[in-house]
Amino acid sequence: MNTAEFTALVGVGSLLAGFLGALTGLGGGVVIVPLLALVFHVDLKYAIGAALVSVIATSSGAAAAYVKEGYSNIRVGMFLEIATTIGAMSGAALALYLHASVIAVIFGVVLIYSAVVSVKQGVHATQDLGPDRIATWLRMDGTFPGEHGLESYHVRGVPLGLAIMFVAGVLSGLLGIGSGAVKVLAMDKAMKLPFKVSTTTSNFMIGVTAAASAGIYLSRGYIDPGLAMPVMLGVLLGSLAGARVLAGASANVLRYVFSGVIAVLAVEMIYSGITGRL
Amino acid sequence: MNETAVRRSDQKLDEIMGALLRSGVVLAAAIVFVGGVVYLTRHRVPVTDYRVFAGEPAELRTISGIFHEALAFHGRGLIQLGLLVLIATPVARVAFSLLAFLYQRDWTYVFVAVLVLGLLLYSLFGGHRG
Repeated sequence: MNTAEFTALVGVGSLLAGFLGALTGLGGGVVIVPLLALVFHVDLKYAIGAALVSVIATSSGAAAAYVKEGYSNIRVGMFLEIATTIGAMSGAALALYLHASVIAVIFGVVLIYSAVVSVKQGVHATQDLGPDRIATWLRMDGTFPGEHGLESYHVRGVPLGLAIMFVAGVLSGLLGIGSGAVKVLAMDKAMKLPFKVSTTTSNFMIGVTAAASAGIYLSRGYIDPGLAMPVMLGVLLGSLAGARVLAGASANVLRYVFSGVIAVLAVEMIYSGITGRL
Repeated sequence: MNETAVRRSDQKLDEIMGALLRSGVVLAAAIVFVGGVVYLTRHRVPVTDYRVFAGEPAELRTISGIFHEALAFHGRGLIQLGLLVLIATPVARVAFSLLAFLYQRDWTYVFVAVLVLGLLLYSLFGGHRG
């Protein structure tokens, strides 16, 4: 295989990953690492470096579309970014000391969690529990355009939210993923933000979190231009296309299919990790 | 500043940040694409072996090295410059938020934004080796 063929294959794989990731809300980054490591036999360090870059691209690209709708809460996002950036830098530092097989197993577990969260998506409504002292002091309460005009909401559970966000940051820095599923968990379950607000704010934060560890990966030489180029361009184009057809009714079926694919990749990652083939 | 003014200002801020992020991503993708074309037209040798981690050479992992390589119009250097622009995009977003919070005289969030920006800059320029 020559360089052009390899680039084309990785590009097409990334395009597909970005497309399905956007369509299902799971993000393309989550399948890039297993795709590169298991299918193309790329070293885990290079795979994580390339995935991290694609995560920044999709997050920033999608955020531009979301902000017009007025759902995100920039104060909540900015405040929680303290925890995610510290977490991401710790995760990137931790990646130096952990063996590839340990990282692969952690990756598999996080993949399974993401797949489960994706399937359960949209079956709950967040309940407003009234104002909270810390959130009020931090002026986090906000409004969003709901079905009956502008709806206001109260934010709660700031300390727990911060703690979960730190974990999300560590996972992002260690595995090269956006860890959107964990971020949504923090804002949705712990801080009681409306679902639309938590998903868009999470997307906003993913880019900043990934940038915090990407700087470290770049200076350590984990980001290879020949590999990152097709991955970044492929995932970006794929996710932009995926966002356009998002309204289609088949999204639900696709989410199940994609979650199934992710579960298989997860098992494969764990198995490869344990048997030391990565 | 009263609550309504802050909300309106937040909304405006959201829109400008959206435009900023989009321009950053478009610029980064364009540079990476050009770099990719240069890389593929000149790099006809068999595919790089990514199975074994070797790490990038120094000129592709420091900011000054990347600028030097990109100015020499080397494919790999150009791609790396595009990726650097991409990494800088969310950092610029945080810097922009800092200015907006200063304008709103919201000192709590000025402090929060300075902290996040400091962490990001340390990660980019901290000179980590591994």
